[in-house]
Amino acid sequence: MMLTTTILFYVFSAILLVSALLVITARNPVYSALYLVLAFFNAAALFLLLGAEFLGLILILVYVGAVMVLFLFVVMMLDINLERLKEGFLRYLPLGLAIAIVGVLEMVAVFWTAPIGRVPAPGPIPANADNTRALGELLYTHYLYPFEIAAVILLVAIIAAIALTLRRRPDTKSQAVGKQVAVAVRERLRMVDLRGPKP
Amino acid sequence: MIPLSHWLILGALLFSIGVVGIFLNRKNVIILLMAIEILLLAVNINFVAFSRYLGNLQGQIFVFFVLTVAAAEAAIGLAILVVYFRNRRSINVEDIDDLRG
Repeated sequence: MMLTTTILFYVFSAILLVSALLVITARNPVYSALYLVLAFFNAAALFLLLGAEFLGLILILVYVGAVMVLFLFVVMMLDINLERLKEGFLRYLPLGLAIAIVGVLEMVAVFWTAPIGRVPAPGPIPANADNTRALGELLYTHYLYPFEIAAVILLVAIIAAIALTLRRRPDTKSQAVGKQVAVAVRERLRMVDLRGPKP
Repeated sequence: MIPLSHWLILGALLFSIGVVGIFLNRKNVIILLMAIEILLLAVNINFVAFSRYLGNLQGQIFVFFVLTVAAAEAAIGLAILVVYFRNRRSINVEDIDDLRG
């Protein structure tokens, strides 16, 4: 059981890192988005290994189901000139690699030597553990106000996204319902006397 | 059981991949947004690992809020991108210099 978990950890981590590398190096943004979907799936599997079932499933449902579909939608909707966007790709490669290697070496050194890396491994997750229930009990009691603020942030995001992309075109024809309802008979109907002059 | 340091190193590697992505794709706003998602994912993995190894659920609560804000950020960022593309027919970062900064 322990061995299976360890093997799964290394398999999922390897696929996660490789797909993340492909996200930033792919020629076409559509491929980048699809590799990012793969990365999110593997991260969700890693969350499940850590016993965070709720967050793992949220990651798949919200990220793969909504955010990445939004990314793909925008990537496919925009008609992008790919050649210009790839300029300077190789020029910044040495600098980026140098900074990344320095950062990784520093962080790995800290994690190997600091006492936080030697925290004793927790026991196995009990079979009747209910991650969602535990999260919910914490979220709806101690973190109620932050939870409400998160909801407000999502509402602001909805309104902002709609307000940004809404466009009013003056030349389109549309009904003015208020004017239609408020119309009076004499504005539409003109009585004409057809009897003519008397002979 | 996997030691905590392995999870943290995984997070560190993923975070640096995101940083390299920002350096490499500094012309393409869409890939920049995706690199930010990778950075946030690395942070989330660290949070969940700490939550499991320290036996404290508050790390997972924090990941919940990070996911919420990241989703909002992606939605607004892509909306700004769509508006910009509609006006300028380009998403190149080099073209975004209207303020002459």
